[in-house]
Amino acid sequence: MKDISKEYFGNPVLKNVTLQVKPGEIHALVGENGAGKSTLMNILFGMPVIHGSGGFAGQVEINGAPVTIDAPHKAIDFGIGMVHQDFMLIPGFTVTENIKVGREISCPTLLSQIFSKELETLDLEQMAADARRALREIGLNIEEYVLVAGLPVGYKQFVEIAREIDKTGIKLLVFDEPTAVLTESEAERLLKLMELIAKKGIGIIFITHRLGEVMHYAHSVSILRDGELIMRTAVKDTSMVKIAELMIGRKTEKYVDSVPNQLESVEIALSLQDFHVDMPGEMVRGIDLDIRQGEIFGIGGLAGQGKLGIANGIMGLCRSQGKVFVWGRELNLGRLGAALASGIAFVSEDRRGIGLLLDQSIEHNLVFSAIHVQEEFLINLKLFKLYHRRKARKHALKMIELLDIRCTGPAQKAGSLSGGNQQKVCLARALTLNPKILIVSEPTRGIDIGAKKLVLEYLLELNRQQGMTIIIISSELVELRSLCHRIAIIADGKVAKILQPDAPDAEFGLAMSGS
Amino acid sequence: MPKFRELVGNNKVALLFGLLCIGAIYTAQNPLTFVAAELFTRIGRNGFMVLALLIPVLAGMGLNFGIVIGAIAAQIAVFWTVYWGFTGSEGFLLCLLLSTPIAIFFGWLVGRVFNKMKGAEMIAGLVLGYFADGLYQLFFLYVIGGLIPVHNDRLIISGGIGVKNTIDLAGNLKYSLDNVPMLQIMKIALAVLFLVTLLKAILGVMKKKPPGPRCWIGLGAAPIIYALTYIPALQTFLSSDRLLLLHAVLAALGAVIAWQLWRILYNKILRPKEYSLVRPLVWIGLAAVGFFLTNIRPLEAILLSVRIPVTTYLCIIGLCFFNAALLKTRLGQNMRTVGQSQTVANAAGINVDRTRIIAMIISTLLACWGQLIYLQNIGTFSTYGAHTQVGQYAIAALLVGGASVKKATNKEAVIGVILFHTLFIVAPQAGKELFNNAQLGEYFRVFVAYGVIAVSLAMHAWKRAVSPGPKRIKT
Amino acid sequence: MQTIKKIFAKISLPHIIIVVFFLSMLAAAAPLGLSVRSLIGDTLRRWAMYGILVLAMVPAIQSGIGPNFGISLGIVGGLLGATVSIEMGLTNPWVAIIVAMLIGATIASVLGILYGLLLNKVKGSEMTVSTYVGFSVIAFMNIMWLSLPFSSGTLIWPLAGMGMRNNISIIDSFGHVFNNLFSFCLLGDKTTGIFVPTGLILVFLAACLAMWLFLRSKTGIAMSAAGENPQFTRAAGISGNKMRIIGTAISTSLGAVGIIVYAQSYGFLQLYNAPLMMGFHSVAAILIGGASTKKATIANVIIGAFLFQGMLAVALPVVNKVLPESNLPDVIRIIISNGIILFALSKSKGG
Repeated sequence: MKDISKEYFGNPVLKNVTLQVKPGEIHALVGENGAGKSTLMNILFGMPVIHGSGGFAGQVEINGAPVTIDAPHKAIDFGIGMVHQDFMLIPGFTVTENIKVGREISCPTLLSQIFSKELETLDLEQMAADARRALREIGLNIEEYVLVAGLPVGYKQFVEIAREIDKTGIKLLVFDEPTAVLTESEAERLLKLMELIAKKGIGIIFITHRLGEVMHYAHSVSILRDGELIMRTAVKDTSMVKIAELMIGRKTEKYVDSVPNQLESVEIALSLQDFHVDMPGEMVRGIDLDIRQGEIFGIGGLAGQGKLGIANGIMGLCRSQGKVFVWGRELNLGRLGAALASGIAFVSEDRRGIGLLLDQSIEHNLVFSAIHVQEEFLINLKLFKLYHRRKARKHALKMIELLDIRCTGPAQKAGSLSGGNQQKVCLARALTLNPKILIVSEPTRGIDIGAKKLVLEYLLELNRQQGMTIIIISSELVELRSLCHRIAIIADGKVAKILQPDAPDAEFGLAMSGS
Repeated sequence: MPKFRELVGNNKVALLFGLLCIGAIYTAQNPLTFVAAELFTRIGRNGFMVLALLIPVLAGMGLNFGIVIGAIAAQIAVFWTVYWGFTGSEGFLLCLLLSTPIAIFFGWLVGRVFNKMKGAEMIAGLVLGYFADGLYQLFFLYVIGGLIPVHNDRLIISGGIGVKNTIDLAGNLKYSLDNVPMLQIMKIALAVLFLVTLLKAILGVMKKKPPGPRCWIGLGAAPIIYALTYIPALQTFLSSDRLLLLHAVLAALGAVIAWQLWRILYNKILRPKEYSLVRPLVWIGLAAVGFFLTNIRPLEAILLSVRIPVTTYLCIIGLCFFNAALLKTRLGQNMRTVGQSQTVANAAGINVDRTRIIAMIISTLLACWGQLIYLQNIGTFSTYGAHTQVGQYAIAALLVGGASVKKATNKEAVIGVILFHTLFIVAPQAGKELFNNAQLGEYFRVFVAYGVIAVSLAMHAWKRAVSPGPKRIKT
Repeated sequence: MQTIKKIFAKISLPHIIIVVFFLSMLAAAAPLGLSVRSLIGDTLRRWAMYGILVLAMVPAIQSGIGPNFGISLGIVGGLLGATVSIEMGLTNPWVAIIVAMLIGATIASVLGILYGLLLNKVKGSEMTVSTYVGFSVIAFMNIMWLSLPFSSGTLIWPLAGMGMRNNISIIDSFGHVFNNLFSFCLLGDKTTGIFVPTGLILVFLAACLAMWLFLRSKTGIAMSAAGENPQFTRAAGISGNKMRIIGTAISTSLGAVGIIVYAQSYGFLQLYNAPLMMGFHSVAAILIGGASTKKATIANVIIGAFLFQGMLAVALPVVNKVLPESNLPDVIRIIISNGIILFALSKSKGG
């Protein structure tokens, strides 16, 4: 792939990226979330996403000859395969059927000759033989006629690989974070297999966050950052620290000018002890944290490592285990709304999914939590409590002015606002609760730079003037480093390290990749 | 023992209904010969329709409440056939010819609608059925005679507009399929065999492949068997259209033994390979036991009292084979893949929408033929009522057999038809015996039909809510 | 201007067809020699008598379970309440109807809570399940109507001594109590004028007002929010499942009250299979009023009930004049009601 550039609606996500893989080479592709790895792969596979949004600039070449890949099946024809992170397998099918899905071997029959190829009968024996051969090739010792549903997770990944191997003329195989869901020994086995496949002359693109794996198994590595290729080098010429630094390193331009004031208070506002959260894709596996009163505490880390799970667990949105203390009082995690009742407010990362009632007015969105948690904005008629429209409207107007929410008025539907203004509405709702602790998850995701600055400045102001304890969970390190007193980096569901905002880049990079 | 438990666990619905049936038969105290005769009539009448439900289940579209639309296609054809005055097998053939394109067209439409409402096919099918019923009524009550001039006192309401409530099929289409003699079927089958082999040979020659010995055997055997039918004894036996149940059972037992012997011969002598003799011998033993059972008096009485319409039963058996054969084709495998996961199917390059439409067309067409079989057997065509309950009862029967929204097999369909209709036959009498009120039994069987669907749908939705199935792929 | 545009954007083809059909039927009435006044009177009566059954859809849709095809549960509860009330032989019609409503609503809310628990287990397939639960309940009650030990002469078949009648006259108990309250005739006397069943309309509007207030109460707001986005309400510490149960229970109880109001206007209690398709009609009516499977307002109820019932009230005599003894209006009702449901389904996801 040469000089690949791609814009999504005027937003450049890839800038002149060149990626080369030799036959038999394991080439690692690393970078933070949003660095452009998945976009690059989507281009390679001719996914409709790319062509639906105006195509891309640059050229894809295979064996030196330029090719056009504008649909997934073309990629397959060129011998490019993918092993997915979450398996594309059908549990109710046998291993054979999964390996051969869509590529069944069939024999012509009378009807098929008259009508269409679809009426050819399946050659089950030949299919089974092929499946057996593919399984043997990767050294997986299972019967080809068992159902995939009953296989352990690690084996499923192997079945996926067998399916790709079985495709004739496979030249390039993409492994998209293959070890993310595997146990250590399974992962090791998989990586060994990867080496084996590479020895057969198949090129491999290996996408991963685990730098240890890169150092151990890859031949060469490309580092992407903000849509740019930072470096391409042989693995033996570099070090883990170097890679980590390059992954993170950027001009630490600060969004907000602030010097974190030294905290005098040592009172603990929120304390987590051996905290586990069962949030799909963001598992938290045992965390101990103490957050001091009046602190702005940052939680960072790569996507999928569990940083988002922490907030959702505390708020009772996901099942959790362990102990949470708020000013020394233990929180009843089993009860929905317990955190709200003890003065914690939450701005969710999933703005449109959890954060807002898209079809209702700004006003309704603002006061909803307060109505239910604190029985504010209600007229008490003894028998039942009726909505106090005037009071709510007054409050809404105040908040709109305070946070500069750009809208036609409090009656505008939340769904029709821009991302930044929606975020302000979410923040305003949390503030309506007058919380003592505010948890903000991904406060600046998907909003423009102006709104970003305003939101962050406002958070800082809340902390400085009202002494509010604020926890910011964000994928953007810059943001955390310009705002927080301390930053915890989460990797693999655990706290990898708690760092000062001015710690060196490499330390952050290493903590994030869990090494 | 765990195997036994598994067997019970997998078939608990069917077992439960089996017990219910036995209880109801016992209380009703109908003579068994009556129940058996009724049952075999009803299997012939309804079996085809139930089997028409299987393919949409495989394709992941759930229970096809839209088969009502197939039935409507059949009824339109029946009306015109009767109006034009065709009778007997010609009439039936004309019905087939007329209804097939209509049903294919309807099936295509239904498939299109269902593709717009993925995940809501069942409720859509139900409402679509009612909607189609409305249009059907509009057509039969006002368009026929109103816009299309039709003059026939036997069919049209005295005012000249609209079709009468019931159309008597006696003397034109009644038993037009049931009464086709075996001999004729055999002749047709032989002709088809002959032509197919010939065609294969020609296609082979065109592709420069000389016809093999199998081909010559086929070409030779057909005329020889045909000649055999002229032996007087065979000819008289075959020229009948009903087969005594006893003979059918004996023939089936004979077929089992012959097939197993052939397997032994093939696997041991013709193409020797490792082959355990236990299974075939058990089968042969079972067949022998079956043969002795036929000599037990009460059973023999039943076997001697029931005569089954051969052609209709052959159609049903043929459909079972069709369902099984379809699964072994590329198309069938695509349907299963689509049924299991549309994302995977898409990624594997299968055209999901098209596959689903094909499944609907097949199901609608089969339902249409099923309704033709039903009408020709029952002999009166209730213009505005014959199709309304078709979906309900066929689906209930399938579920009683142990099928679910996600999984259904030929076996479950057949067991379901037997159990459900046994209950239907004996329920009123059982109600009368138990509560001195036949109406109660009548209501009870309706309740069973609705209830079994409700429970099955709820259980399916419950399971689905607990396990959301394969993860969706992020885009 | 903006609001007018918005309204036009909301109106879809099926709605236009229905309105045009309704108006053309009305226009055809006078030339055919039918009394337009009596047609309007009929429309008013049917509008109010069906209204509460349509209103029962609102809490169901708002709480997120979607159109409640299983309203038959509530209807059955209401019928039970009414029959018990008649069996008790209450002579005062007001006492009789209130007792009937209380018993009916109680039974229905208990059933509704159980039903809500079931619907929480089958999220995503509520409509299919509720349709068949509704059918099953009607079929089950058919057995019950035959075997319940009622003894009042008005309820059971006179000869056999077993089983209840298909149609039970309630003229002697609480028939027409609401209809006749404050009723008057507009523009003429009893035979020529528009008969306005004031009491009935008041009851219907009062129910609408109560629902309107409820939707603005603390619980009502939470329920609507849970229906729109259960994740959102969870984040505010409210259990969406509980809200769904509340919505289902209210919907079911309203079904019970609705069928009693309907029966008192009709003059008969209809048992057995009569209520089988009533759920479909109520769903169709609210959808005609502009509701979707996700959102419904009181205005949708008032407009929908008026259009749907008005259309039938007017079409029946008009068509009968043209084609005597035909059931064309019935056919049209089937097509329109199922057509509109199908249309609404195609606009939403999940069954």
